[in-house]
Amino acid sequence: MATWQSVLAAAGPATPADLVAARTQMALSLGWHIVLACLGVGMPALMLIIEWRGIRTGDADYTRLARQWAKAIGVLFAAGAVSGTILSFELGLLWPGMMGTYGQVIGLPFAAEGIAFFIEAIFLGIYLYAWDRVPPRAHLLSGIPVLVAGTLSAFLVVCANAWMNAPRGFALRDGVVNRVSPWRAMFNPAVPHETLHMIVAAFMVAGFLVAGVYAAGMLRGHRDRYHLLGFLVPFTLAAVFTPIQILVGDFAGKRVATLQPTKLAAAEALFRTGAGAPLSVGGIVTGDRLRYSIEIPYGLSLLVGHNPGTVVQGLDAVPRAARPPVMIVHLAFDMMVGMGFLLLLLSAWLGYTWWRRRELPRSPWFLRAAALSGVFAVVAVEAGWTVTEVGRQPWTVYGHLRTSDAVNPAPGLWTGFVVVALVYTVLTVVTLYVMRLIRWSERPVAPQERDRTREPEPS
Amino acid sequence: MDTARIVLVVMWVGITLYALLAGADFGGGAWDLLAGRSRTGMARRGLIERSIGPVWEANHVWLIFVLVLLWTAFSGVFASVMSTLYIPLTLAAIGIIARGTAFAFRKAATELWQRRLFGGAFAVSSVLTPFFLGTAAGAIASGRVPPGLARGDILTSWLNPTSLLGGVLAVMVCVYLAGAYLCDDAVEAGRPDLAEWFRVRGLVAAVLIGAVALGGIAVLRWDAPGLFTGLTHRGLPLVVAGAVLGVGSLVLLWRRVYPLVRATAMLGVITILWGWALAQFPVMLPPSLTYRQAAAEPSVLTATLVVTAIGAALIAPSMAWLLAVQRRALRDTGTPE
Repeated sequence: MATWQSVLAAAGPATPADLVAARTQMALSLGWHIVLACLGVGMPALMLIIEWRGIRTGDADYTRLARQWAKAIGVLFAAGAVSGTILSFELGLLWPGMMGTYGQVIGLPFAAEGIAFFIEAIFLGIYLYAWDRVPPRAHLLSGIPVLVAGTLSAFLVVCANAWMNAPRGFALRDGVVNRVSPWRAMFNPAVPHETLHMIVAAFMVAGFLVAGVYAAGMLRGHRDRYHLLGFLVPFTLAAVFTPIQILVGDFAGKRVATLQPTKLAAAEALFRTGAGAPLSVGGIVTGDRLRYSIEIPYGLSLLVGHNPGTVVQGLDAVPRAARPPVMIVHLAFDMMVGMGFLLLLLSAWLGYTWWRRRELPRSPWFLRAAALSGVFAVVAVEAGWTVTEVGRQPWTVYGHLRTSDAVNPAPGLWTGFVVVALVYTVLTVVTLYVMRLIRWSERPVAPQERDRTREPEPS
Repeated sequence: MDTARIVLVVMWVGITLYALLAGADFGGGAWDLLAGRSRTGMARRGLIERSIGPVWEANHVWLIFVLVLLWTAFSGVFASVMSTLYIPLTLAAIGIIARGTAFAFRKAATELWQRRLFGGAFAVSSVLTPFFLGTAAGAIASGRVPPGLARGDILTSWLNPTSLLGGVLAVMVCVYLAGAYLCDDAVEAGRPDLAEWFRVRGLVAAVLIGAVALGGIAVLRWDAPGLFTGLTHRGLPLVVAGAVLGVGSLVLLWRRVYPLVRATAMLGVITILWGWALAQFPVMLPPSLTYRQAAAEPSVLTATLVVTAIGAALIAPSMAWLLAVQRRALRDTGTPE
């Protein structure tokens, strides 16, 4: 076979400005989609729990909440679906250097994700539109595939990302991929910790965000049972996942220490390889040093190897050109961990008062913090992805393909980035506005089409 | 048949379904644009919304399915197409965002001005998205996307007669498909008066498509001789069948046999798409890159086919249920109050 593929690698380099534009556009699109994706995975769980409680107890508040959430999911799922589609475009539009060579290696999890997403879209359509046409139990059952397929989608997409961190299942000859083993590529060593970490994060984001809406409502004086349930159910779900997430995060850190020691070194701003590595919190990177950080002696060695003598690889193990931007990765890592522990404290606070008195903490600070808990969780997820993605730099495919070789060499990517950034700005404003509309709409909530038989009267 | 060819056929089936299903959803958006002022257009827009609402997200997934198959099985082709055509495809992507979110947001909107704003965004993006996708198709078909990263001209690859023809035809075909479906759906919903409104305009659209297609013959002969030769030789039976089905669909629409209008319109689109495919087979990127050269390794192709087969077994019955729900939703809520 003639190696026509050589044209896929021998592209002229993009200008530095275009490379920055492409990376920023990808970060923006991913950062936007991940919030919707978390809601898409987590909210069906909340909706099903609350609908199930409604059927079990016959309590009207539960049913009202279920319909309200279903309505929100209808809107959010649409935004999630299209913002996810854009990402599949952008993989080719911005990173053809990766897709042209490695597309066949990581295609399998994406193909499977396409199927899972299909199932999710189909059953969400059935769930939303068949609400009053099937018996309650059958309706509840029709929602289960939405939850299962949504979680599976998250797993499969993160499998593909995990491959970029731990590329397996192929050989390279003259820049052309051969001996591809798609299953080995899909189930690469980074899969267990990345997928678990993300799926748990999705349930936390969804739970804390939804709970935050009702906490804000309670702060405004809506102290009824409807708001209390709307707060407690999602908050409890998220709170249960929070300690689990901290354990999973610890597991992920250990795996990264093995698979991508440079990433962990950047996350901890550890410049010198050695035993007794400290855990550094905060600080400023100047040259090859981290200053003004709070150091926990032996902390990193203990976390990585349960032994203060464990040798942890520092940034000095790789040449400067192969290091990620340390400051960004380190601060993002601290941000993620900080938010995680803040959410753990908040969860423990509610856990304690509920255990002692069966009520919410009396301090208004609890609700104030709870109202923002969703924001904290979103910040943690964004920071976590910053660690994953920026921490992998300068590689797109770790150890094989540099980001500067993956980018589209076509001129003018800057213009595209500006347009896309404007679109996302408008989209963010409008999405938030519409979510407020849904929250305030006093019309008897949802059954999706009962609304629509009552069209607004034209003025 | 080798595995690469099977994957190619599966992918083309995906493109066909995307055109038939999502194409009609885009067309519905275009009808929304033409539906008239707020009060007079309310019932028409209501019908469009009811007919698209439950299914558009599932229909949209066919695009993702096709993109993923393309980059998995023919990675180099995907990279070449996306890098050279990044301008029209970025615009199509923006159109997809605007269409999907605006449609969903309109449902949640309460005030007339909000519905107008979201409706406008929904309608305009429904026209622009198929247009840009059509220009991309024209670019590939006329051999303006060479293999390699951004090797084609990033402007003239899609700003040329064949691409413009592709864009215009894509929009018009979407409009006609949607018109045919909406006539049928209107009768299903017990609103023959609405069907009549769509029917008259559908007839106009059909005549226009015929005129553009006839003019297109000259454009292709001059601008894309390779494609023209393919269409007039190997693809000829399908091209002729497409023309016959188009005329047949027009006659049936005239005579108000709506279910058959729907069927013939769909078959017409199928013949156009498969006629194009046949005209350039086995070449994927004209003039010379064949699907065999572009194909991924056999292990990848087999794994992809296995996953697709499992997916098809799961999706087919679920899809049937969804369509049944959609039909019932139309009947239940479509009756005049």
